[in-house]
Amino acid sequence: MNSIPTNSLYAMLAVLGLLVVASTIRVLIEKRNPAKDYTELKQRIQSWWIMIAILFSVLIFHKSTTVIFFGFLSFLALKEFLSIVPLRQSDRNVVFWAYLAIPIQYYWVWQEWYGMFVIFIPVYMFLFLPFRMVLIGETKGFIKAAGIIHWASMLTVFCLSHIAYLIVLPEKNIAAGPLGLVLFLIFMTQFNDVCQYVWGKCLGKHKIIPKVSPNKTWEGFLGGFATVTICSGFVAPLLTPLSFQQGLLAGGLISGAGFVGDVVISSVKRDLKIKDSGSLIPGHGGILDRMDSLTFTSPLFFHFLYYLVY
Amino acid sequence: MDKLLKIIFFGLFIKPLVTIGLGLNIIGRQNLPINGPAIIAANHNSHLDTMVLMGMYPLSVIHKVRPVAAADYFLANKIVAWFSLKIIGIIPLDRSGKTKRDLLFAGCHEALDNDQILLIFPEGSRGKPEQMSRLKKGIYYLIKDRNDTQVTPVVMHGLGRSLPRGEALFVPFNCDVIIGEKITHCDSSKEFLEIMSRKYVKLLDYCITRHNEH
Repeated sequence: MNSIPTNSLYAMLAVLGLLVVASTIRVLIEKRNPAKDYTELKQRIQSWWIMIAILFSVLIFHKSTTVIFFGFLSFLALKEFLSIVPLRQSDRNVVFWAYLAIPIQYYWVWQEWYGMFVIFIPVYMFLFLPFRMVLIGETKGFIKAAGIIHWASMLTVFCLSHIAYLIVLPEKNIAAGPLGLVLFLIFMTQFNDVCQYVWGKCLGKHKIIPKVSPNKTWEGFLGGFATVTICSGFVAPLLTPLSFQQGLLAGGLISGAGFVGDVVISSVKRDLKIKDSGSLIPGHGGILDRMDSLTFTSPLFFHFLYYLVY
Repeated sequence: MDKLLKIIFFGLFIKPLVTIGLGLNIIGRQNLPINGPAIIAANHNSHLDTMVLMGMYPLSVIHKVRPVAAADYFLANKIVAWFSLKIIGIIPLDRSGKTKRDLLFAGCHEALDNDQILLIFPEGSRGKPEQMSRLKKGIYYLIKDRNDTQVTPVVMHGLGRSLPRGEALFVPFNCDVIIGEKITHCDSSKEFLEIMSRKYVKLLDYCITRHNEH
């Protein structure tokens, strides 16, 4: 365990502080309204504590543990995705190879082989998976299965592996370290989810995409967008090599992309007529329900940062 | 000694396999009987079914959970027989039809008398992946004269994809385990089968991994 860069340490303490506030508020509203059932809220906050405890202990441990950890999250997310979508019995042999791509992709990350990291799944797996399917020879439903398996790999392995690549980038902000980048991305993405939800609850009137997600409103989206953009402007110089203005742009990007990621996974679930993609995280649903926004924000934030700074 | 082996085997291999290699969407966990005597009647698609059901139990009671399994299959070979009897703790059942009914269930009754929990697959065999075969009436005759034992229906879905019959390659997939409320009363074997079939159909509706299936 190396010593934690000061700004990252403060960021983590601030997150823990927010959790304490959330837990306190929960206890208070429960006391004020003893008749109402707050089990789900309680479960949600409890799960936040556990998720953050796991994430922080992994992050402060070592670069390699972080890479392995996100590889494991990719595995859980891919498994969850492939378990809910319709696949043919014969696709299980192809799915096996999609799983094998996870350790390979994260090996490129660990090795810091950027060129291979960005093309392995979009090019090599993209071409290999249908080849493996041809060897099995089941042509009925071929197009659909090829599309599903590769799309799932892109979302859950390719996109999420960008979080892990942040941790191996060379240090540009000494006070925060590469750790700061991961904290910034994950915090802003999850904070955006919470802000859009809270703004929507308080002011929400005009539905933004009623067909996909009847609870999402323009007020929620714009309120979250403004909050996250401004916060990012102030936080980015502390945790990342970005300036105030660049931080504003990063915040806007994360907020917009986070919203899109959320509604894309919502559409998948709506298509399958299910509410949650799993039951791994009590109060939240499955791992995809929690990481839906991250699948979109991770590659976009990464390449924004990479273009500007590296 | 057997109990210790069982705890080690389940703690080190089966629990990690079931929670990480597979991943369970458990619905109705509060319905799972923790204290015997009790019977769990589940659908059967894969050898993993038994492991999933047993893997849901805390290690402290795992030795009380006993799968009822085909004697012709599990006792055919010495190594498999040792493993099935000593580690898993199966209660062998003769499927040939040669044993008389009261003798057939002797092992089951003994286990229930010792407050154990029986796992029974009323379809009798694993059948085709993700399809239900016709239910058999054995359970009804087993509980008919016992008023201390009730049957909890359980439906599992998705395991036929992870390890279907006759395949050696294990592929991770999440699966659903839906535990229904126990069946409290029934008068005839015909009625019992009807109730069971109806419950199974209802429980299958809760599955997460079952949509848009062809």
